[in-house]
Amino acid sequence: ARYRKVDEDFFEELEEILIQADVGFNTVMELIDELKMEVKRKNISDPTEVQSAISEKLVEIYQSGEKTTGHINIQEDSLTVILFVGVNGVGKTTTIGKLAHMYKQQGKNVILAAGDTFRAGAIDQLEVWGNRVGVDVVKHSEGSDPAAVMFDAIQSARAKSADILLCDTAGRLQNKVNLMNELEKVKRVIEREIPGAPHEVLLVLDATTGQNALLQAKTFKEVTNVSGIVLTKLDGTAKGGIVLAIRNELNIPVKFVGLGEKMDDLQAFDPEKYVYGLFSTIIEKEAE
Amino acid sequence: MAFEGLADRLQNTIQKIRGKGKVSESDVKEMMREVRLALLEADVNFKVVKEFIKKVSERAVGQEVMKSLTPGQQVIKVVKEELTNLMGGEQSQIAVSKRPPTVIMMVGLQGAGKTTTTGKLANLLRKKHNRNPLLVAADIYRPAAIKQLETLGKQLSMPVFSLGDQVSPVEIARQAIEKAKADHHDYVLIDTAGRLHIDGELMNELKEIKELASPEEIFLVVDAMTGQDAVNVAESFNEQLGITGVVLTKLDGDTRGGAALSIRSVTGKPIKFVGMGEKLDALEAFHPERMASRILGM
Ligand SMILES: Nc1nc2c(ncn2[C@@H]2O[C@H](COP(=O)(O)OP(=O)(O)OP(=O)(O)O)[C@@H](O)[C@H]2O)c(=O)[nH]1
Ligand SMILES: Nc1nc2c(ncn2[C@@H]2O[C@H](COP(=O)(O)OP(=O)(O)OP(=O)(O)O)[C@@H](O)[C@H]2O)c(=O)[nH]1
Ligand SMILES: [K+]
Ligand SMILES: [Mg+2]
Ligand SMILES: [Mg+2]
Repeated sequence: ARYRKVDEDFFEELEEILIQADVGFNTVMELIDELKMEVKRKNISDPTEVQSAISEKLVEIYQSGEKTTGHINIQEDSLTVILFVGVNGVGKTTTIGKLAHMYKQQGKNVILAAGDTFRAGAIDQLEVWGNRVGVDVVKHSEGSDPAAVMFDAIQSARAKSADILLCDTAGRLQNKVNLMNELEKVKRVIEREIPGAPHEVLLVLDATTGQNALLQAKTFKEVTNVSGIVLTKLDGTAKGGIVLAIRNELNIPVKFVGLGEKMDDLQAFDPEKYVYGLFSTIIEKEAE
Repeated sequence: MAFEGLADRLQNTIQKIRGKGKVSESDVKEMMREVRLALLEADVNFKVVKEFIKKVSERAVGQEVMKSLTPGQQVIKVVKEELTNLMGGEQSQIAVSKRPPTVIMMVGLQGAGKTTTTGKLANLLRKKHNRNPLLVAADIYRPAAIKQLETLGKQLSMPVFSLGDQVSPVEIARQAIEKAKADHHDYVLIDTAGRLHIDGELMNELKEIKELASPEEIFLVVDAMTGQDAVNVAESFNEQLGITGVVLTKLDGDTRGGAALSIRSVTGKPIKFVGMGEKLDALEAFHPERMASRILGM
């Protein structure tokens, strides 16, 4: 096979591939500059060598700061509360269903809190998931105060000695101040009831989202101290590359990825596999 | 972190030009680099950006900018004009069938806003056009999708046609149209399940509904926050179904919404409406010029 040279064209193509993956211009430029230096320094001319250099660089960007894996802060002998936040339609409720299934399979006693009292059919949707997975759902009627739902859900989880409480919230755009205040209140109620809770605040991001995801991460982090990201809809053609920029600028790690609409379409995030998927096309093309 | 608008981006270059008092071809090139960046940060697809820059550069180098005393302003003006043109005129009218009922299909990726927009559109048809639409729950897959549409129907006091989730969407559409004829509904709005454009089986389902229902309009509902992938999605839905228009949702957020330009350029189909909130009256006509300003951060 004839391999292409590692020249300006190569880097230009790499730049385009990463931009098309929504990595974001600044992060891409940073990366390409560093790569060029590396290639020069190590005198690399073989694209397969560049492949590993790209891989290393991207994973390095991804893991800058402390190394975090997809670890979830589970309390071994008391209730673990996980709060889900994010903009509209990204996959919060579905992810809760999937995660409930995963923990249930691990033998854990799981309860769901129907904290989206706003969107039409949101409570029913969570209930369908509860039935599917076989876990209880704590709910109030549509239009009621979500903070009150959380309060009740915690009492109920305690009474049933549950291991894990997964809290759904209504989707909200980060520029809506009132809705973000409401979310803060929801979190405060949880904090007040259980010191140290919520043990994780997971921001759900849709992989098809572009640069706005950075603003989402920033604002939701400010309001709820997000501890991790769930990147959904990776079964489509979008790559969700903005998580690299989010990691780079805000240091929030991805913990899970969503790969479909079914119960078991949730996986722990694997940075190396993910990063390889971002630029694999350029490498595969060379190997042709 | 918040992205700069084009005007801010051009500041440096303009300062430099001011010092020289004359605009050279390389100055224009430099300004175009800033335009490129601004568009990429707004999520316009990079291929679309490339073509766009080529077009604008020609105009800029030609005269308007180089001969201008205010080259920065001129660049912005040219860019905005070209953007606005590309996005077409205002197109908020909805087709009417000669043989009622007029059928409209709502299609798109998961979570884009189809069900909500179905409710909003029904509301608009009644309020603005004095129509009497029938809402059709043809999403049998998403948990509680039918309940969601029924709730919206209740809020609007409008009938929702459903056969539960054990009957195929094609059959639901067929019976809904019968029902609409019998009850003298002049519009039928079919809410379909979200699906990936690469899901052959589910895309076929849409083709079958289209064949059966002969819709006057097929609206692709797209989330305004969509990034580079918007072109793949729009191109693919359009190729497989022949969409008639686009609804851009969640524009009440702070996204620049460059996807609008991407979709318009790859499909040639008009953006008809924008979603401006979760409530049922939050659907507005699309204004190309406003969208152009927004994409440029102005
Ligand atoms: N293809 C795909 N679809 C997904 C995935 N996760 C969720 N979805 C779909 O995306 C749509 C929205 O999911 P929801 O779970 O309702 O999203 P949400 O964030 O709770 O939405 P709101 O509560 O309305 O803000 C549904 O049709 C889900 O089935 C995923 O990983 N892949
Ligand atoms: N802020 C805002 N939210 C919107 C808008 N349109 C829809 N939404 C919200 O986006 C979320 C998803 O909307 P749906 O109508 O359920 O989307 P869908 O395309 O029917 O989703 P699936 O059926 O799961 O594919 C809900 O939380 C809606 O309230 C809008 O214009 N602005
Ligand atoms: K979305
Ligand atoms: Mg939800
Ligand atoms: Mg829907």
